[in-house]
Amino acid sequence: MIRIDNVSKAFGGLQAVRGVSFEVAQGSITGLIGPNGAGKSSLFNIVAGLFPPSSGRVLLDGHDITGLPPHKLFHRGLVRTFQIPHEFSRMTVRENLMVVPPGQSGENLFKTWLRWDKVKQQDSEVLDRVDDVLKFLEITHVADELAGNLSGGQKKLLDLGRTMMTDAKMVLLDEPGAGVNRTLLGKIREAILRLNRERGYTFCVIEHDMDLISALCEPVHVMADGELIASGSMEALRQNEEVREAYLGGGASGRMGETARQPSTDEGEPS
Amino acid sequence: MELSGIASYLISFLTFAGVYAVLALGLNMQWGFTGQFNIGIAGFFAVGAYTSAILTTPSSPAYLGGFGMPFLVGLAGAVIASTLLGVIVGLITARLRTDYLAIASIGIAEMVRLFVKNEDWLTNGVRGIAGIERPFADTLLDSPLTYLVIVALFVAGVYFLVERAYASPWGRVLRAIRENEPATAAAGKSIAGFRLQAFVLGSAIMGLGGGLYAHFFGFLSPEAFMPLYGTFLVWVMLIAGGSGNNRGAILGAVLVWGVWSGTELLTGMLPSEHATQGAALRVLLIGVLLQVILVTRPEGVLPEKPPRLIARKR
Repeated sequence: MIRIDNVSKAFGGLQAVRGVSFEVAQGSITGLIGPNGAGKSSLFNIVAGLFPPSSGRVLLDGHDITGLPPHKLFHRGLVRTFQIPHEFSRMTVRENLMVVPPGQSGENLFKTWLRWDKVKQQDSEVLDRVDDVLKFLEITHVADELAGNLSGGQKKLLDLGRTMMTDAKMVLLDEPGAGVNRTLLGKIREAILRLNRERGYTFCVIEHDMDLISALCEPVHVMADGELIASGSMEALRQNEEVREAYLGGGASGRMGETARQPSTDEGEPS
Repeated sequence: MELSGIASYLISFLTFAGVYAVLALGLNMQWGFTGQFNIGIAGFFAVGAYTSAILTTPSSPAYLGGFGMPFLVGLAGAVIASTLLGVIVGLITARLRTDYLAIASIGIAEMVRLFVKNEDWLTNGVRGIAGIERPFADTLLDSPLTYLVIVALFVAGVYFLVERAYASPWGRVLRAIRENEPATAAAGKSIAGFRLQAFVLGSAIMGLGGGLYAHFFGFLSPEAFMPLYGTFLVWVMLIAGGSGNNRGAILGAVLVWGVWSGTELLTGMLPSEHATQGAALRVLLIGVLLQVILVTRPEGVLPEKPPRLIARKR
């Protein structure tokens, strides 16, 4: 579905992404992990059109989408969430969701003045869809709250909810579990699984919570220092020496791996 | 003051407040809805006022025209001219972040004022344009009260249009842009496009305010479009009344204009050797008023509230 083809990105002297290539297969929930500063978010932002890569290409369903701006990618079925929730604070939860559906005639100023009945009728269809999403995420009780008043976890759910207000094909989730308590995390995991199974969304997920990654993702790609260092199932990656060194920790050998790595960090990598 | 004096003061007061209400509604479109920091309101105000004056005054050798056209044509011209200026400024600044828009807009307003001051052939420069007539001049209907009614009708009309825009999906996108640009773009909306529309509509409304002002005051000179009158007061009105709330914008215009003209009555009582200090004191008072509002009611007298859902749930 998405093919990342030899993508590199430099910010000034910092090489954030170095020649990364992988594919996100249709219908999969693909994981992307790696220590902080590995280049995951940079790669995501390139795919999502926030900035173009220094070199390389991104293909969606075989079409080159490199450098297309986010709002155009949206209309090709590619949507995303953000590491820090990006809610519309001074709008209600319901309005946050109502913004999203494409092709609303009421987004044309003159139609709001001249074709008010049609605008109203379309808005009521949008409302129906909003109700479904609120119910699905079990946040109906906060529908009329200002989104800025929600808890961090609820904001994460709302971000996810916005991706459900369109017929997305491909959803990029940037740390859906960050700062979310266990109960809510379970809910987010369920929501992702159901969207994948029932609506056929393809996901690519950045996450630090290994339990969440194990529960959701197959395959998982590992990045470190801007490079893709391994790919495979989570079980296989846990046995991979290089991955353990770079990242996983988890038990004495992993920690030793990290300690062993220390000198090279001191030699000048940005940490 | 005799009764008719009070009545005529009140009519003049409300007409001015109405003109400022139109300007504040225009600014609310840009700042209140969309978060665009336009501190060049005076420029759009001036373009509207001069356009209408040039179109409607009788022919004069001192400046372009006048063309002796009817009041409504003058107002339409005011809206069109300020719309064009809005498109030009909007296209240049659409991609700028809001702080850069602020710098650009204040520069443009000063350019307009200096242009008006120096291009004698067009505007009669510092001597200004006099004899701008009210609608229905030389008929039985001609009175300050009639003009107040006309201004009130325009305020109501503009209010209706912007209030509907606010409640519509269009206004929803503007508020989303104000709250979070990257998320709005990720929701498929073209930020630059919506921002341009809001800026141009706000500019058009400000131009209409300029036209209404010209026919009320009857005389235009570049002095009237100093940033203090043309921009600063409008900002105080919107913030005092409630940014993001159209009713707040209108209420703020009445309140702040009340303070502004009320203090004029007070400083008028000062002995004449203190007149200059008196004028400065008024500006100071408005500044203090703004500080008090920002500290005690930062969201204004009528804070923004999300619009009622336009569609009934099925």
